[in-house]
Amino acid sequence: MTATTNAPAAPVEVRHVTVVSRKAPIALASFTALFALLIALAPREGSTNFRLASDGDFVTLPALVVPGTATAWVCVVVAAVLTAVAFAYVRAQRKVPLWVSAVFAFALLFGFLAWAGAGSARDFPVSTLIFNTVLLAVPLVFGSLGGVIGERAGVVNIAIEGQLLAGAFTAAIASSLTDSAWAGLFAAMVAGVTVAAVLGVFAITYKVDQIIVGVVLNVLVIGLTSFFYSEVLVPSAERLNSTTRFGPTPIPVLSGIPIIGPALFNQTVVVYIMYLAVPAVWFALFRTRWGLRLRAVGEHPQAADTVGIKVERMRYAGVLVAGAVVGIGGAFYTIVSVSSFNKEMTAGAGFIALAAVIFGKWHPVRAALAGLLFGGASALRNALDIVGAPVPSQFMLMLPYVVTILAVAGFVGQSRAPAADGQPYIKE
Amino acid sequence: MKLELRGITKRFGTLVANDQISLTVEPGEIHCLLGENGAGKSTLMNVLYGLYTADEGEVLLDGEVQHFRGPGDAMAAGIGMVHQHFMLIPVFTVAENVMLGHETTLPGGRLDLDAARTKVNEIARRFGFQVDPDALIEDLPVGVQQRVEIIKALSRDAKILVFDEPTAVLTPQETDEFMQIMRQLRDEGAAIVFITHKLREVREVADRITVIRRGQVVGEATADQPDTELAAMMVGRAVELTVQKSAPKYGANSLVVQDLEVTDPSGIVVVDGVSFTVRGGEVLVVAGVQGNGQTELTEALVGLQKASGGSVVLDGQEMVGRPVAEVLGAGVGFVPEDRSTDGLVGEFTVAENLMLDRRGGPPFVKAGMLQLGPRDSFARDAVEEFDIRTQGIGEQVSRLSGGNQQKVVLARELSRELRLLVAAQPTRGVDVGSIEFIHKRIVETRDAGVPVVVVSTELDEAVALGDRILVMYRGRVVGIVPSTTPRDELGLMMAGITPQKGSDVA
Repeated sequence: MTATTNAPAAPVEVRHVTVVSRKAPIALASFTALFALLIALAPREGSTNFRLASDGDFVTLPALVVPGTATAWVCVVVAAVLTAVAFAYVRAQRKVPLWVSAVFAFALLFGFLAWAGAGSARDFPVSTLIFNTVLLAVPLVFGSLGGVIGERAGVVNIAIEGQLLAGAFTAAIASSLTDSAWAGLFAAMVAGVTVAAVLGVFAITYKVDQIIVGVVLNVLVIGLTSFFYSEVLVPSAERLNSTTRFGPTPIPVLSGIPIIGPALFNQTVVVYIMYLAVPAVWFALFRTRWGLRLRAVGEHPQAADTVGIKVERMRYAGVLVAGAVVGIGGAFYTIVSVSSFNKEMTAGAGFIALAAVIFGKWHPVRAALAGLLFGGASALRNALDIVGAPVPSQFMLMLPYVVTILAVAGFVGQSRAPAADGQPYIKE
Repeated sequence: MKLELRGITKRFGTLVANDQISLTVEPGEIHCLLGENGAGKSTLMNVLYGLYTADEGEVLLDGEVQHFRGPGDAMAAGIGMVHQHFMLIPVFTVAENVMLGHETTLPGGRLDLDAARTKVNEIARRFGFQVDPDALIEDLPVGVQQRVEIIKALSRDAKILVFDEPTAVLTPQETDEFMQIMRQLRDEGAAIVFITHKLREVREVADRITVIRRGQVVGEATADQPDTELAAMMVGRAVELTVQKSAPKYGANSLVVQDLEVTDPSGIVVVDGVSFTVRGGEVLVVAGVQGNGQTELTEALVGLQKASGGSVVLDGQEMVGRPVAEVLGAGVGFVPEDRSTDGLVGEFTVAENLMLDRRGGPPFVKAGMLQLGPRDSFARDAVEEFDIRTQGIGEQVSRLSGGNQQKVVLARELSRELRLLVAAQPTRGVDVGSIEFIHKRIVETRDAGVPVVVVSTELDEAVALGDRILVMYRGRVVGIVPSTTPRDELGLMMAGITPQKGSDVA
């Protein structure tokens, strides 16, 4: 075992070819063409004011005023150039780099806003747009973080929606009864864990198909909360359904930064928890013993078992922690956003969070960024409402879902789920 | 440490997998556990390792009775196991895999990866090999993965090491190196259990041999007993170890494969410019260590994988780009590598599986209706002809043994008029009796003038069955040589080393 150990260098190496997808340039080209068509068919007069300043800035930036349609055409040209660059990359058998897509997206977005806001009497509130992006992303980010933890442990959690809703419901009651937003937050976590525990019992202990359990749980939570809402919350709304909310807590100095300061650092405690939760989940998954074992049972439970890791216990740990995380996201609805619970108020956010998990390739940071992107789509809708954009509101309601479908269908690229994701561990 | 198993009995329902098995392994010896697939060797070791709980009997270490509730307990007691299917997490690094389950952490809860790296390097150095602790498992060749498994066991100070069919995935050279590692471990005082069904290996390293058949110990043997005797003990009757076949009589049919190329989704060229010709009446064995493109090659031949280049011409007709149904309709019989996922529908009956490829029309389907009469009489004939041991044609196919399942696949594929037979690993996980039968039928097909392509990872089978042998390595053809080529030359070819002499590249 000495001389022959390093076997004679193999003369043949595996050949790699780069598989270049034409998706990216084709998608860019179609977006450019569609946008050009839009502004050609519906040109708009006047200029657009982007309001950059808000109260409390150290420096007050002047508003950015641009001619609407002309700016939009400039953006079309920029987009066309970037599309050509993307085609050049593909022709050279190389992958389209991220910056091309990123700059393209920014150019089209800016062009669209310039076009939509043209001639409007109101300023376009840039800072508010960022503020709302972060705010609306809260349930999505917590939902996707929970999804990532669960799926990394090998349990697919379709019930994020149900956990968010249960969190919102219990947070409403707890906060109303105690007059404490913190109590609401804690109750929401407990509710998330409770739903997770039911998921765990069926999916882990009884090895029922995880997708089915998740769907059933969603329906169950919707049914239960709707029933108790009309039977209990509505009759005594004063006592049970008028919550004490978290108010904004500006962070000194940081909140004074122009544009982003008020948007990012004049938020509620729940948002700051989100800022901390993302790196915390990343650290727990990739730098600790707990995370290593959790990922092991999600990738190859049998291998984990043979080194003495209790697979089912580990999966429970993952699912329950995930439930608590999602619960915080649910609390957002009733102790941050509005001050009362309403039927089915999560409106599919859990499913968007699930999409963010996949879009983020089962990585906490990427999933959170995906959640932020989807939050941005919702925020954009609100901003366009303010300036009175000439786009039907139904279409704008669709926006986050369209972005989700495009993101999941076309731009995820090669992504690989944990190998044992969704599979119950059955000892032979 | 001395290992003793006393009267171990393990039942699965009505099946007695282990029946009163007793076994003693002394420190400093290599104890071979010889038996066929399904004889109960792996079950016994899983009992020892705490994965199963024995119904009766006990495990003793140095004379003390042990009660393992799980692998964790067995490991803590000093037992290490290298499983047949590696228990490594492909997306983890070597160091992460080695530390998994007994991680050390730094203050703040961070994993102490440096300690794991040091441990990997230290053990690797002791055995004179090199493993990069930060390499991802999925990027490593199987031979190296196995070493990681060994490092994993030794990093927990295992005194008793169990190797379950460790050589199945290795080239002959890697096997030799592995034997050397095993001897070194023995000389350092470890007690080693070596599970195998390969007689050659047993005779090479075994200090003692215990033969197991149908869950029972049938006796001890010594390494100097002849192959036929060991095989007879293992199988329970005299066994024909060679394949009887005459010189090939070439027929008119032919398969010509030219520069065939298959690229997997991540851009790896898994079949890279493969060219060969098979004439009617000969068997071409595609040999090589598993995972060198053989699976993809056979799938590309029948159209299951899209060829990214090249051509497959059967009797003058181009097959590349045609749908699978058309390829099969052109007279191609295909025995897939994994019968349980690709060859059979487990929940279906024997009769249903036998007609699975003929849903298109008469005699089994008329006006969209299944013809049960013709189906059943066809199935009864096939069961009779292929000696399929089943309780009836209405039995679920998943309830048959591996060998009988494979006979169902073979019966289906051979019951049509064939112009080409492609069989991927037709005897894997099949008992010796069925192997003999399957080999016989393959040779009969060849003698009927059909070109036959067989994929095999077992050198013995390749040499016995093939008229010529094509060796694949990393997606490419290393050479096409006559089956009389010496074993060590074939072994070198399996490691990617091109033979010195000119080969008859057909």
